Amino acid sequence: MPKKYHIKPTPTAPRFMPVGRSGIIDWEEDCLKCTTCVKKRCLYDVYKNRAYDSQTLEDSIDYQCKNCFSCIQNCPRGVLSKTINPEFLRMGDAYWKPDIIHNTWFQAETGKIPVSGAGYRGPFSGPGFDAMWTDMSEIVRPTRDGIHGREYISTGIDVGRKQRYLKFDASGNVLLEMPPLVEIPLPVIFNVLPFGNLGQGILLSMAEAARQIGSLMYVTPATYGAFLKPFKDHLIPLLPVEGLDLDAEILEGVKMVELLYAPDVLACIQQLKLRSPQLVVSVRLPLDPKARTIAADLAHAGVEVIHLFADYRGNEFVEGDAPRFVKDALREIHLHLVNVSVRDQITLIVSGGIALAEHLPKAIICGADGAAVDLPLLIALECRVCKRCVAGKSCPVSLQNIDPEYGGKRLVNLMCSWWSQLIELMGAMGIRDVRRVRGEAGRAMFFEDLERDTFGALFSNR
Amino acid sequence: MKAEIKRTASRFRHTIGKYRVQRGKQCKSCAGCVVTCPHGVHFKAGTRMGTPRDYLCVGPEVCRSKNCFCVEKCPNSALNVVINPQIKALGDFRWTADLLMSTWYQAETGRLPDVDMEYRTGNSGGGFDKLRFRFPEKPPQVIPAEDIDTSIELNKRGDKSHRITIGIPLYQGGMSFGSVSDSTMVSRARAAMLWDTFGCTGEGGYPEFLYPFDRQMITQVATGLFGVKEETIQRVRIVEFKYAQGAKPGLGGHLLGDKVTERVAKMREAVQGSALFSPFPFHSVYSVEDHKKHVDWIKAINPKVLVSVKVSTPADVDMVAIGSYYAGAHIVHLDGSYGGTGAAPDIAKKNIAMPIEYAIPKVHRFLVEEGVRDKVTLIASGGIRTAHDVLKAIALGADGVVEGTAGMVALECTRCSSCESGRGCPRGIATTDPELAEFITVDWGAQRVYNLYASWRSQIVGVLQQLGMRSIRELVGRTDCLRHLDYN
Repeated sequence: MPKKYHIKPTPTAPRFMPVGRSGIIDWEEDCLKCTTCVKKRCLYDVYKNRAYDSQTLEDSIDYQCKNCFSCIQNCPRGVLSKTINPEFLRMGDAYWKPDIIHNTWFQAETGKIPVSGAGYRGPFSGPGFDAMWTDMSEIVRPTRDGIHGREYISTGIDVGRKQRYLKFDASGNVLLEMPPLVEIPLPVIFNVLPFGNLGQGILLSMAEAARQIGSLMYVTPATYGAFLKPFKDHLIPLLPVEGLDLDAEILEGVKMVELLYAPDVLACIQQLKLRSPQLVVSVRLPLDPKARTIAADLAHAGVEVIHLFADYRGNEFVEGDAPRFVKDALREIHLHLVNVSVRDQITLIVSGGIALAEHLPKAIICGADGAAVDLPLLIALECRVCKRCVAGKSCPVSLQNIDPEYGGKRLVNLMCSWWSQLIELMGAMGIRDVRRVRGEAGRAMFFEDLERDTFGALFSNR
Repeated sequence: MKAEIKRTASRFRHTIGKYRVQRGKQCKSCAGCVVTCPHGVHFKAGTRMGTPRDYLCVGPEVCRSKNCFCVEKCPNSALNVVINPQIKALGDFRWTADLLMSTWYQAETGRLPDVDMEYRTGNSGGGFDKLRFRFPEKPPQVIPAEDIDTSIELNKRGDKSHRITIGIPLYQGGMSFGSVSDSTMVSRARAAMLWDTFGCTGEGGYPEFLYPFDRQMITQVATGLFGVKEETIQRVRIVEFKYAQGAKPGLGGHLLGDKVTERVAKMREAVQGSALFSPFPFHSVYSVEDHKKHVDWIKAINPKVLVSVKVSTPADVDMVAIGSYYAGAHIVHLDGSYGGTGAAPDIAKKNIAMPIEYAIPKVHRFLVEEGVRDKVTLIASGGIRTAHDVLKAIALGADGVVEGTAGMVALECTRCSSCESGRGCPRGIATTDPELAEFITVDWGAQRVYNLYASWRSQIVGVLQQLGMRSIRELVGRTDCLRHLDYN
């Protein structure tokens, strides 16, 4: 059995004071200046440790306040008040909500799973990944001494083409040539960033983290440079089919490459395989209504890996109509590949809208082998999803200046937390190999199904 | 002991209310507003006016319609009433600011607030929050409130174990010694006793200060077996096996090192300062037969005890329920995924297992089909926030519910979710820090929880009257009394 996989976090404080959820307001003018000020008695010392960041204009209290309301309710004159920081609510967008950004910052800083008291606070269910729950087993579970105990829970996947069976000659030798595989210990690959690609520091942070956790990252010719050479083992060049140069420096020494889908992609794969038979070649296919048929055709034609990508909010690419969310489109494609008997041979990577740790096992349950993650990486580096960079404006947290060693730690922390959460969910499901989570819709519950079987059955015919 | 509702105000100087009443410098302390306001917002403190008790304010609209709006009547234009901006920062989808404030109000007064607050449902957009009662235009019969029975039977097997009836269709969820303060535990236990229902020790052992409540206590046998002794099993009339907790199904429990004080460590027979894990699952239970063996042990130690089995809500929860019944359980207790906890990974609270609203009808139906529904008491928990949630859970098929968070809110929990950090709860509830725990006195806490239950009971009685039912037992499984906003 291989050595037990483990990611070690390093607490890494943010460079800039984060935007806080709270907005504490105190009116100095009516203050009694009483000697038993409630501020002194704050259990979390947020007044004592109060600081202002002159650059971002943040007040530390907004981030540190834990919303217990004790100071507000006990101030003799009632001069303290609080509300939600409007800056907090302005962060992100409809999909990348402020809570997701906050949650990611916490993980990137501490490497820890977000833990809290009291019950769930969110909506009953929601769109996208929020419309499914993972299952658990009441008495059966794989490990006897916990998920961090002696037994091995594997989160590793093999990226590449798999043979359905082995053939042997009369003397017992394997007749098939085994296709190459790239093994990653965590079903996560670092994707190309949708925006905010502000220079070498970010790419080096990603490469450093990919190296430390043993995973891979995509890199395009536009962003590739000699500075990434030391990380060749962890790079997946992402290349267009047109004008593919087999001698390009970006291809030297890599284990895997990905081609943007085009009708003549198969010829291109052939060229690459002729030159380097041990290279795993993936095809990046946009998630749209045609993807199902194309994916099946590619799989039948012997393609090793298909990377289905949705937009950065997890929607498929369609004109006009309401797009399906990545979870639904992915489920359909996965089941189609099962029906046409090619699913087991290929590796399916999915990307777009993977925002929280829980989205990883959910995407895998919906049929992916692994996921490519993009924006959470940038958020881990303190991005506020303000998209100023898209308009060519300056970054409020100077991402262009990030130190790769520092950035690498933040990304490793995030992945450490995601990995811990993945095995928590797997443990509850009673599954100890992430490869068995793939397509296991039986170990999940979907909102539509539960709603139909419960309230639909009770109330729809009245 | 005869108990009654007693007004029990907040421990804090200011109770958070829906409106904020501001008094300007123009005020001449004429005390006209004291006369104008029938709700007691304004009062005189000595020669000057006291800071308005604005949580009692019912808002401009109501006051204007009744011609008692202090702002308009003030001769010096010194008053102003606005929606309290603080409530934006209070509450969440499940426990909205309205729910928190109306629960505080009920705990203070024992009745529903006069203020226009939504006290029945939260804003989660599904489950209980989308269910409504379907009342007949006129109740089929007029039943006086005192004739309505809210009691439920906990032993429906009719075997030789205790026959136990509880006065209200709810008992209390387990909260361990070490996870909440002593005064919180005793407050809750006393309130349970006053309502002729049960408290629960949780899994952290059976502290001596709960001995006076033995007759009304449930003790838990959980996977960590902390503090479980022959003697504790023999103290009680109900033993609860905790297989899983809805907030963290399949994960086991976790008491952080900070909370394992000397006393907690002694009670749990553990080491001070080191975190304690309750494993998942019971390491001696890998089948229904193993479970039966455990039930038999308990019955050998305490032959007349009732056995409750607390499980969470996986897809096959119906099979788990029937298995528990055949292993000898009197009570099957389903803990839904949105239930409370002292500490759990957020990913588990949100994602693992199904909400209780799906599990209740599923299990109820299955037990009916198997022909054993009238032999087992089905109890639901995990997201029961209001009297209306209690009623809806019962109409969906439960016999009664277990309450946890609502009772904490009665003790002025704001659901800030920081139970687990540092010294624990800043409001003295979920903490073992002696200084913090002093914030709550038992008399105050017990009365607040008592008052909340009183308000809940009167709402339950009111709904049963409207439905023309004499007993809460008639409501079990009556989904025809409900409608769902997404369907006709």
